[in-house]
Amino acid sequence: MSERKEDYHQSYEGKIRIPSGCAVAGLINKAGKRVNGRTIGEMMAVMHERSNGLGAGYAAYGIYPEYGKAYAFHLILTDDQTRGEVERILVRNFKIIEQQEIPVRRTGRYKKAPLLWRYFCEPLRPDRESAIEDLLLTTTMRINRMAPRASVMSCGQNLGVFKGVGYPEEIAEFYRIDQYLGYSWLGHGRFPTNTPGWWGGAHPFSLGETAVVHNGELSSYGTNKSVLENFGYELSLRTDTEVMAYAIHYLRRQNLSWPLVAKVLAPPHWAELERMAGPERELVAALRRIYGGLMMNGPFSIIVAFHGGLMALNDRLKLRSLVAGASGADLYLASEEAAIRQVCPRVEEVWSLPAGEALICRAEEESACHVA
Amino acid sequence: MPRSLIPPEFLVARDEGRCLKCKACVRQCGFGVHTDDQGRGISIDERRCVNCQRCVVMCPVGALKVTANPSVGRENAYWPASRLREIWRQAENGGSILTGMGCDRNYPVYFDHLLLNASQVTNPSIDPLREPMEIRTFLGRKPEKVSIAGPPGAERLADPLPPVVQLEIPVMFAAMSFGSISKNVVLALAQAAKRLGIMFNTGEGGMSSVLAPYREHMIVQVASGRFGVDNAYLEAGRIIEIKIGQGAKPGIGGHLPGEKVNEEIARTRGIPAGADAISPAPHHDIYSIEDLSQLIYTLKEATDYRKPIAVKIAAVHNVAAIASGIVRAGADIVVLDGLRGGTGAAPKLIRDHIGLPVELATAVVDRRLREEGIREQVSLVASGGIRSSADLLKLICLGADAVYLGTAALLALGCHLCQKCYTGKCSWGIATQDPSLTRRVDPQWGATRLVNMLTAWGHEIKEFMGAMGINALESFRGNRLQLRAVGLPQNELDQLGVKQAGEAM
Ligand code: SF4
Ligand code: SF4
Repeated sequence: MSERKEDYHQSYEGKIRIPSGCAVAGLINKAGKRVNGRTIGEMMAVMHERSNGLGAGYAAYGIYPEYGKAYAFHLILTDDQTRGEVERILVRNFKIIEQQEIPVRRTGRYKKAPLLWRYFCEPLRPDRESAIEDLLLTTTMRINRMAPRASVMSCGQNLGVFKGVGYPEEIAEFYRIDQYLGYSWLGHGRFPTNTPGWWGGAHPFSLGETAVVHNGELSSYGTNKSVLENFGYELSLRTDTEVMAYAIHYLRRQNLSWPLVAKVLAPPHWAELERMAGPERELVAALRRIYGGLMMNGPFSIIVAFHGGLMALNDRLKLRSLVAGASGADLYLASEEAAIRQVCPRVEEVWSLPAGEALICRAEEESACHVA
Repeated sequence: MPRSLIPPEFLVARDEGRCLKCKACVRQCGFGVHTDDQGRGISIDERRCVNCQRCVVMCPVGALKVTANPSVGRENAYWPASRLREIWRQAENGGSILTGMGCDRNYPVYFDHLLLNASQVTNPSIDPLREPMEIRTFLGRKPEKVSIAGPPGAERLADPLPPVVQLEIPVMFAAMSFGSISKNVVLALAQAAKRLGIMFNTGEGGMSSVLAPYREHMIVQVASGRFGVDNAYLEAGRIIEIKIGQGAKPGIGGHLPGEKVNEEIARTRGIPAGADAISPAPHHDIYSIEDLSQLIYTLKEATDYRKPIAVKIAAVHNVAAIASGIVRAGADIVVLDGLRGGTGAAPKLIRDHIGLPVELATAVVDRRLREEGIREQVSLVASGGIRSSADLLKLICLGADAVYLGTAALLALGCHLCQKCYTGKCSWGIATQDPSLTRRVDPQWGATRLVNMLTAWGHEIKEFMGAMGINALESFRGNRLQLRAVGLPQNELDQLGVKQAGEAM
């Protein structure tokens, strides 16, 4: 502590390093092997300095194989009464097959943590599978309208988001993420400047099958929001990243492949486009024309998780750090290389992601990841 | 003729010590203020002066000074001099007062209550000299969804997109017809549009053959008079614009008096020389939104769906619902012309008392279209009184894709805003067909001035964007969070969809 104080005094000489931005991390096992949540927790703990204790969270894929095709709604609630309201929204379109409080350690500052609940649900009309994404969207929007009394952390199959106010290691401990096995994980620690630290504002943000962690600030937020409002998305969680999660959800509903989603979020400059070959140029130009309002402008690094894979992406100018490391079937992503070396000291290859170019990693045996 | 009771509006003073008696002022004034009194010097008829400053600028020795007459009598805040004059004039001639250019009254200017944002620390600003700043934009319909064929990794576009027009700067030259302005001015606009990679608009006067080289940058207008509209005309431009109304005179038609319809104008308009060119107030085949839809599809059929169709309306109180109807009627581009939009001629009270500021119109239309989920399908063009790159960016943040410039473009060509365009005597050679005046604007000279002005605006836009840490114009459209308002009450903030300055993101 005394050391810190000294550092602080040196700041008068203009030497202070202002820790800005957040910490992100992700990992996936390409063989679909499930790993304990402890690993992502360790990655995040190393990057402690990049958060300020106002929010942290994890997303885990492949953690609920025993629930088959059920959709796992993870919720942040103020009390049992709110839970009743949420339940009434859920049962309009879903059959609840199981529900429980998410197991947590309510100690210390977390004695007063909100009620954290999960529902495993099946759609009432399983025949209308194609409409499920719309259903997840409208249900989530309905519940989030109650924010901050209630908000949805995640609602996908065989995945779950665990998040709240605190440092990453505190949140990992609180949610006991070492009790879960997942084939891919996301982690996040916040350094919020723009939004108050509240449970629903922590990352990851998730809707349907995707979850996002994000380091950065979106100057295009106003535009992105106004575009998404055309399509039934309501921005109620008071943070930039929400818009990123919804934009990705929307683009996936438009049947865009992940590489093309990346081309919308961080499109090539027009000058680059002119150097592309005919059909590719035509397609990428069309994407930019149609979905230009969903371009993410401002500094960002994101890691997106989806069933069977991860995508990492930087803004077009590379204004945020993002490092990848590979070792055997494992792929690691983090804001800092140290996080990768912490859990994989003998990492075979480490590289920094180039501006605006997506890294997409799929589990080779996708079936191992997907819910059959 | 009985004596007029109206004091002169402007005072013209000649410094006799400096004056060389070169008579430049006699030749320069389009309004006949200065006359050569054959040996007795140069006399001045101040009553005719419109304060266009042409003689002042052109006098080789700076001997002339033209100023507003400080008083017409005991005018006051309630009875301003302008109103007194108008009453006296109407008492003398019994007509409605005519004027040119846009509304000049002291209504709130929302532009001047809006402030733009910039980045600090959490979000780095970008240096426009080092990083690409993209201000290209497209106008035209967008499909709801991209249609893709081919296997993953080798995807290609399955269906071509609907036709669009690319703008290198989000600006176009507004409709100004040959007839209201001179051919040289039309040519200057056309050449500048070509050099800048933007569009100009023929207005409702038809297309002069001299514009053929500029077709790729031309918007052809179909207005209620249908002057010069035939298949070749529709085919000639890249966009077809149906003009329902204009901001300077919503609900009012146009009238080009027969004496201005010379041989050449007659030819481009397709009417006999010397005949009045009357544009009726409504299109006589559009009495409802369904009729508009029919015209839109008629024009699309006639051009094989190869051209975006724009519909231009004056911003009036119900503009949001009307714009929504226009989108649903099939228009690809909606043009909103605000209260401050200019004109070659309009009844002054109509110009000054009808309409909606373009800032509000843009904001409410953008919001309505979003609420209906149709904003992304079409382009929105804002028009009417845009004075600077800052005004332009504010409109884009309020939801416009691009803007039209009329008045600002004429200012670049020398216009001094005297508002006498309807007289046809424009000393600056712009709003006139008099060959001795029109030759004052050389098309190439004019084009260069326009290119200079918009190049400067382009630089400014990029600087604004860099400061905000945004490197593509797409990320500005509808980005109201980059705006904050000062000095507006809550209900105006609500209409604009903008937060009070001081409120955080
Ligand atoms: S009308 Fe114009 S040119 Fe003529 S005297 Fe007045 S300012 Fe000079
Ligand atoms: S165009 Fe000519 S007549 Fe019209 S305001 Fe400008 S200077 Fe005056």
